[in-house]
This record gives sequence, structure tokens and C-alpha cells, in this order.
Amino acid sequence: MSTLLDNLDLFTEGFKNTIILFFFSAIFAVIIGMIVGAMRVSPIPAARAVGTVYVNLVRNTPLTLILFFFALGYPKLGLPQISFMVAAIVGLSLYTATYIAETIRSGINTVPVGQAEAARAIGLDFGQTLSLVVLPQALRAVIPPLFSVLIALLKNTTVAAGFSVMEAGAIRANLSERGEPAMTGLLWVALGFILLVALLSLLQRYFETKWKVAR
Amino acid sequence: MTAHEEGETLVSLTGVNKHYGSLHVLQDINLQVKRGEVVVVIGPSGSGKSTLCRTINRLETIDEGTITIDGKELPAEGRQLAQLRADVGMVFQSFNLFAHKSILDNVTLGPIKVNKQDKAGAEKDAMALLERVGVGKQAPKLPAQLSGGQQQRVAIARALAMKPKVMLFDEPTSALDPEMINEVLDVMVQLAKDGMTMIVVTHEMGFARKAADRVVFMADGQIVEDAEPEEFFTNPKSSRAKDFLSKLLSH
Ligand SMILES: Nc1ncnc2c1ncn2[C@@H]1O[C@H](COP(=O)(O)OP(=O)(O)O)[C@@H](O)[C@H]1O
Ligand SMILES: [Mg+2]
Repeated sequence: MSTLLDNLDLFTEGFKNTIILFFFSAIFAVIIGMIVGAMRVSPIPAARAVGTVYVNLVRNTPLTLILFFFALGYPKLGLPQISFMVAAIVGLSLYTATYIAETIRSGINTVPVGQAEAARAIGLDFGQTLSLVVLPQALRAVIPPLFSVLIALLKNTTVAAGFSVMEAGAIRANLSERGEPAMTGLLWVALGFILLVALLSLLQRYFETKWKVAR
Repeated sequence: MTAHEEGETLVSLTGVNKHYGSLHVLQDINLQVKRGEVVVVIGPSGSGKSTLCRTINRLETIDEGTITIDGKELPAEGRQLAQLRADVGMVFQSFNLFAHKSILDNVTLGPIKVNKQDKAGAEKDAMALLERVGVGKQAPKLPAQLSGGQQQRVAIARALAMKPKVMLFDEPTSALDPEMINEVLDVMVQLAKDGMTMIVVTHEMGFARKAADRVVFMADGQIVEDAEPEEFFTNPKSSRAKDFLSKLLSH
């Protein structure tokens, strides 16, 4: 307990950054994921192609490499400089978005085609059909796998520790610098993550009951 | 009723051809439907009736020929097509009510999003339509909570909410339990009496006799006969139609 209380500054700073990383990456990943998922079912061949290339390229690249690129490669491109934190958020978002896109695409496939046809028949265009009729139902169908992706994102935030972002995964290293027992510190960090995942699971349960749609 | 003169052509298909791969599903279709007319399309399964319906609001594209609604050719894609689709109401065999939306929201979605009507006005109109088809009390429920007959009447209300010029029905009672067929047909008969232009794919001869001005008989992608209901049912000309009717009657 003393390891936690004596180094509360480290723990709060670490988990604060973890939550920031997670929160912004999750939002951007879901937005990008929905757009890319939609592109992959779009009637426009070019949109489908771009979506497919993006998903296959980024999903098949290890997260560490993607973060490497944004932390080390990006600054050399001569574009506006960004902090490591922002770089980590961009990398995590782009990476996680591929998983979200695939999850949403599988959700779209569970929505009967008649739903989209009825939407088109009353005069909704492609974007409206997708956003008002198909995606809301697709999302409801993929709440559990969607949250699995988000939980994976939460844990993936620790990879950012390797790129100078002081988040929860970096707490242990900082603790050993202060001469604290490594094992105890690790356990506290693990407990912190378990708590955060539990919160996500509660949120998942909430959406599952709220959006239970009888067919 | 519209202010337009009755008797002018509202829906016109000229030389329409469509293939699914090697299957020539619509073969040189010519069909004119006048304003206020009710046309029943009948024919064996697989003869292309659904495809015909679906080409009229361009849920399916055609390979050849022209289709016009109220003198305007079907636009290829985009806004104009969406607008034209709003002029053509469609009722599906499997209802296809939006599963995640309440009955009321099912009916108001099009008027609000496509016609840019304000919510209050759209809801008022929707309630009137739901009352008209006899499901006003179901307005706050989800589709799955309704019987098939009720769902199909909601689907009719949803299509009517767009104030379409013509209504297409693709076997609207085929997925229904027998005891619910009439509640839907009654709504359709009333609609026909009110002067709606209708193209109805159905095997309900009672409806055809009561409400149709013409019966179009399709077989193998072709229009084989086009006659008044009494004439068609009592005195079919082609052997295909005779054969089909004898099977229909033996049920
Ligand atoms: N999307 C499709 N792709 C390929 N063939 C199809 C498709 N839709 C329908 N068909 C075929 O076209 C023919 C006509 O179908 P349809 O218009 O549904 O007939 P009906 O409604 O008269 O039963 C059938 O042989 C059917 O198998
Ligand atoms: Mg059919």
C-alpha cells in the first residue's frame, strides 16, 4: 500500500495520461472506423479500394512500428511538429480504427438488405441510409466485439510508454528509479487497468440493455 | 386526388430489358399506367414481377429501354434519384420496417429527412395516416411488437407519408398469416378508391376483381397478357395464363 501512497503523484499522472490517450484515441478510432467501415460497403469502387488498402495495410503492421513512425519518422517529414502525446493518439487511433472498421462492417452485414432498400425507397440517399438506418442497427449488433476492441485499445496505450509518453505503463520503470519494489508497483498498475476495464464492461452492459432490439 | 387530368400516362416503361448474367429477366417490357389506374401484376414465381417493380423506382438498374414517372425519365444517381424515389411509394413482401425505430418514427423519417418537413407537422400527419390504416394506437411501439398485418399497414402508411404519385406493392400479403390478409387488402382497396395510382404484384384474385382496372400477366420475363380483370380471369387467351390460373384456382 505504501508503494501506492508514497508515489501517488506517479500513479495519478500515469493513469491520467492513460485515460487521455484512451479517451481521444477511442473517439477518433470510432469515427474513422465508421467512415472506413462505410467505405468498405459503399457502391463506389474507389472508396471500397481505399478502405480495403487502409485496413489491410495498417492492421497488418505491428502497433509498435506505427507508433515508431509517428514518434520518430513523422518529425522528419517537415510537417508541423506534434507532441509525443498527440503522436501517440494519432497512431493509436489509426491502428484501432482498422479493427473498429472491420467490426462495423461485420455488423452491417447482419442488417437485412430490406432495411437499406426500404430506406432508399422512401428517398434517403446513401449517406442517410447508412447513418440513419443501417449503422444504428449494425452498432447494436456489434456492441460486444466493439468493446473488445476498445479494451484492447486501453491496454495498447501502454505501448506508448516506450515513446516517452508518461502513462500508466511507464509507472513501473519510474518506480524502480525511486527504488520501490518492482513487483508491488506492477500489481498496482495491473489493478488500475482491471478497474478501468471493469468500467468499460459496465458501459458495454449499459448499451446492451439499452439497445436490445427485438426482431 | 390530384389536380391533373385522369387518363394521362403516369408510369411508362418502353422497351425495357434487363439481364442477371445470362438470365434475361425482363424482356422488352412495354407498360403504361395512367394516373389513378390500378394495375395488378400476376404470374408464376420467378417470372420477373419483383424485378419489374424494383426497376420502377430504380432499386434495380435496367440494361436497355426507358422508364418515366410523370414524364420524367429516371435519373441515374444522386439527389434527383432520391427525390424521384420519394414520388414512388414501395411496399415490400417482408414489410421492412426500420427495426430500431418506433412505428411513429418509421413514418416520419422520410418526411423529415427527405422532404425537410418540421418534426411536429410530420408527426401530426403520420398519426393521421396511422389512424387511417387502423394502427394509431401502436405509434410508440417497435415494429417487432406488432403483428404482420399491422406491420404491413404501417409500411403502407410510411410510403404514403411521402405523398407519392404512384404506389408499388410487391406481394404485400404473401408473408402474412391468412387471417391478416384482409386487413391489409382492405386498406389497399380503400387506397384504390381514393384514386391512388397503384401497381400491385399479388395473387389475390379477390383484390384484382374488386380494385384493379387491368391485370398484367407475366411469364419468363415477358408480359404475356394485359386485360381487364373479369376478362383475364374468365377468358385468358394464352395457354400459359390458362395453365397458371388453373393452378391458382386449385389451391
Ligand atoms: N439479384 C439477383 N441476381 C440474380 N438473379 C436474380 C436476382 N434477383 C432475381 N433474380 C432471378 O430473376 C428471376 C426473376 O426474379 P423475380 O423478379 O424475383 O421474380 P418474381 O417476383 O416474379 O418471383 C428469378 O429467376 C430470380 O432467380
Ligand atoms: Mg417476387
